[in-house]
Amino acid sequence: MSEAVPVRGIILGHGSLAEAYADAVRRITGAGEEALLPLSNTGLSPDLVAERLRALTSEGPAIIFTDLPGGSCGFAARRLCQSAADVAVVSGVNLTVLLEFIMHRGEPLGELVPRLVEKGRAAVCCAPAQLERKESDGHRAASG
Amino acid sequence: MAIVLLRVDERLIHGQVVVGWGSSLHPDRIVVVDDELAGSTWEQELYTVGLPAQLEAQFATVEEARRALPGWLADPARVIVLTRDVRTMRRLAEHALLRGHEVNIGGLHYAPGRHAILPYVYLSDEERTEMRRLADEGAVVTARDLPGSRRVDLGQLLGRH
Repeated sequence: MSEAVPVRGIILGHGSLAEAYADAVRRITGAGEEALLPLSNTGLSPDLVAERLRALTSEGPAIIFTDLPGGSCGFAARRLCQSAADVAVVSGVNLTVLLEFIMHRGEPLGELVPRLVEKGRAAVCCAPAQLERKESDGHRAASG
Repeated sequence: MAIVLLRVDERLIHGQVVVGWGSSLHPDRIVVVDDELAGSTWEQELYTVGLPAQLEAQFATVEEARRALPGWLADPARVIVLTRDVRTMRRLAEHALLRGHEVNIGGLHYAPGRHAILPYVYLSDEERTEMRRLADEGAVVTARDLPGSRRVDLGQLLGRH
């Protein structure tokens, strides 16, 4: 019986952000570039970013993690996603998302991606917790 | 003048434009002039993902943009006009339509056939020719990736290779 191919992750970001995230994941989990590969858009034309993304996602399922949903990184990733059936994009990446990815990258994309989005959103929080509510909500609560 | 920036940037709508320039120019609208993109709704949607709600995006062909340009100049709305290459900006500028206006070369990155001029400007021979033609149309061609960066004039750009 053949096992499912683990999903490969590519972090695409501005400046040295992707390398920094990959380094942090490597230090925490030991996972190397076979699992998570950084790619910076610095100095690359949009066509070259697209070309490198295509090459990195050509063998098996892949998730492209981008720092921003839009912009040059988000655009390149989403454009590729339109034409590649086994490529997904997760934008607004944070370390929680990447660690969750390393732990569960054996899952199919259909299960893995919703898991990552949920974890990533939950990781954005603040202290004290009541600051998460808008001031206007607080006024309404106080007057209501 | 309501056109606050005319920029050649192959990444079109991205962080440097929206945040870098946007925070100092306070644009109301970004107009992307591009014949291909003007006919591709799904690509337009990709470019506008994450755009601030108060910032309108518009996509136009070169001909549409040439017809609309006098209106944009008279409009009180603050407009950023983007093209992805020098040729498209030169076509927009034909017949001195952009005479006296500064055209910002903001981002043309490494690709085969291009030579490094600045960290954010790589030019092919064809692009250098188009840049001269753009200047011949009366546009003031300078390079600057962000508002706080040093402005590099055309002579310096073309003299470096």
